Formats: sequence, structure tokens, C-alpha cells
Amino acid sequence: MTVSRRDFLKEAVGTTAATALPAATFVLLSTEEARAAVANSKVRYAFLIDTNKCVGCGMCVKACKDENEVPHDAPVTRNWVERYIFTKDGEVHIDSPKGGHDGFLDNNLYGEEIDPKDIAKAFFVPKGCNHCDNPPCVQVCPVGATYQTLEGVVLVDRDWCMGCAYCIMACPFGARYFHPELKVADKCTFCYHRLNKGLKPACVQSCAFGARQVANLKDPDDPATRIITTERVAVLKDLYGTKPHAFYLGLDHDVR
Amino acid sequence: MKWHVLHPLWVAIGLVGLLVLGGRFLVPDDFGVHGRNFTYGYHRLSNLQDWKDFPVKFQGRDYCAMCHAENARLISSSVHENVQCENCHGPGVNHPASVQSLPIDTSRETCLRCHAYLGYDNSDRGAMPSIVDSRHRRRRECSVCHDPHNPREKSQ
Repeated sequence: MTVSRRDFLKEAVGTTAATALPAATFVLLSTEEARAAVANSKVRYAFLIDTNKCVGCGMCVKACKDENEVPHDAPVTRNWVERYIFTKDGEVHIDSPKGGHDGFLDNNLYGEEIDPKDIAKAFFVPKGCNHCDNPPCVQVCPVGATYQTLEGVVLVDRDWCMGCAYCIMACPFGARYFHPELKVADKCTFCYHRLNKGLKPACVQSCAFGARQVANLKDPDDPATRIITTERVAVLKDLYGTKPHAFYLGLDHDVR
Repeated sequence: MKWHVLHPLWVAIGLVGLLVLGGRFLVPDDFGVHGRNFTYGYHRLSNLQDWKDFPVKFQGRDYCAMCHAENARLISSSVHENVQCENCHGPGVNHPASVQSLPIDTSRETCLRCHAYLGYDNSDRGAMPSIVDSRHRRRRECSVCHDPHNPREKSQ
């Protein structure tokens, strides 16, 4: 087989261009950047939620909306409180009117009045974003608008989000929603602005009963961390493999 | 190779080239992994600062106590010691600078959030001192008789 000089050069230039172009889409990290990518942060925030202590006042939901400028009237919320009532006939009644924003003032669930005499057990479960170690909501973002910080906080870039809502569907906990005013995906930020100023998240601060607490898992002397590491805690929807970082005390098996 | 094979190949390579070139101009410079990984940490670095700059609304009792020392002292030594001032008075941001007075929520509903009787004896809600709303002084606000800063005492 003979190849003319002209053909050889044409093929050579073409092949080089065809391999160089895809290679140009890769980002090469410097040694320092690569080291930083595997280095551990000194902080890993997590929630510790004691369902035994929650009385369902809903102050955490109200405080969160005040702090984070979430409209009070819109049917969306970053955190919420669920009520579980087990009646003596074996039925389970679950509700969360307005996410528990106005508290639970009576035993009327969806128009059905439950007599306190029929209740076998009842309790409240505060919920919100679990700030997972493997957040599926971050994986599915097509534009890189949501990410996990070094402290384990999952945030949304409001300027970059295009509002496709894919992440809202990806979250198995229903912790994300579409912000009705900003038209972007929104979620709990762990009150990132407060944590960075040494303050507790609004829901933690407003809880008079200590049902919601914040822990730094990297600090073994943190009182909430000590509870997580030494007592029996559970997480929600463990089977999804997202490694949720909201740890619950007193979780019932009927809580989903 | 035949031209009809090569032609679409060049078009495809050209499109990829356009994408790469366009990306160089359109993607902000601070987009990267920044100490995380590409799966969970690919983001715009300046967004972290955007979130850090988000204004704080809830100031905490120490802030309130700077002016309202007497009320702060009263509630701190009462059974309501763990109830934050701003739970009932609203967030203290910009008070007193531009927000002259904070709206106080003295409605029955505020108190009933914790003190409405529901009959959940197994949980901590059952341990709360509670009333049946329909049978306890229906038309009055709670603060007429009970001092929220010191609920064991009668209101002045």
C-alpha cells in the first residue's frame, strides 16, 4: 500500500484534531487541587432530631420561612412536621397541614375528627433536607447548579439554576420544591449563612424543646455528635443508599 | 474514506469544537470542583459567598437583652426559658434601626401551638400543661390572665 505525502498529512491532521477536541473537554487538576479534592474538611454538619421531644408547635417551620424568605402562604416549605396518630382499631392517620406551619391545634385530620379516647399512640416527626452524603438531587442536575460543600451542605446556585425541577423529582425525601417567586429549585441550606457566623440554624434556634439539633460530626466533643455516636439513632429511607445525615432518635417503623 | 462518510464526521467534529469553544467563553471562570469531586462538587465558587452573605433575620435573645433586659431576665428564669423571644415577637432583623416596633403575636393560636389538649399521653405533647380550646375562656387572649414571660404568675 502506498500513501501519497498529501494524503498522509491530511489523515494525520484530521486524526490529531479528532482526538484533541474531546481531550479539550476534560479539566486537568493541578497537584494541589487534586490533593484538596480528597482532603477532609474539619466540619461535617448533620441534624440530630429527637422525635420524643417534639410537641408539634411548628415554630421551626415558621422560623425557617421567616429566616429564608420563603413565602408563608405558598404551599411550599423547606422543613415540616408530620403527625402520626395510631388509633386503637389499628389505623394509622398521618397529616402535616401547611407543613405544620400553624401547629396542630386539634385532632381533625382531613375533616375526620379523632377522639383522644381512641388514640393508642401519637407523635410528631420533624423533617427536612437530610443533606445526604450521596445526594441524588445533585447527581441529576444537568447544569451544575446544585452541589455539596466541603461541610456536607447541599446548596442550590440560584443564578445558575434554570428551573428544570429534575432535582425535585430525584429527592426521595421530597425536601426540594420549586420557589414560586424566584422560579428556581429551592431547599434547606442548613442556614449556611448562620452556621458561618457561628449561629445555629433558624429551626434549631427556634425549637424550645431541643427536638432539632445541629451536630458537627468531625468534632467528637460536640454534644449532639456524642449522642449520634453513642446512642441508637436511625435515618429515613436507608435503603435508597443516599446516606442521609439527619439522625433520628425514637423513630417508629411506620414513619416513612 | 469516501466523502459521504467523512462529511458528517467533519460536521460532528466541528460541532464538538464549537461546544468546547463556546464553553470556554460562556462558563464562568470559577466553575470547578473546588476541593470536592465532580459527581457532587462541580459548582460556581462565588455562589458559596452568595449564600454566606444571605441576611440573618433571627438575632437571638442576647441581642434582645441589650435593650429589653428586664423581659429577657424574666423569661430566662421562668418555665418559658427555652422559648426564644423572636418566636412570638417575630425576627428582630433591622430592629430598632428601621423596623420601629416588632409585631407581637398575642393570638390564642400562638399559645395553643403547644398548649392545646390533644391527648397524646405517650409523647411529650401529653406532658404539656394544656387546655381544651372550646372550654377555656374562649373569647380572651391568653395574655390577659397569663404573663407569657412568666406563665406561673398572673398578668398585671
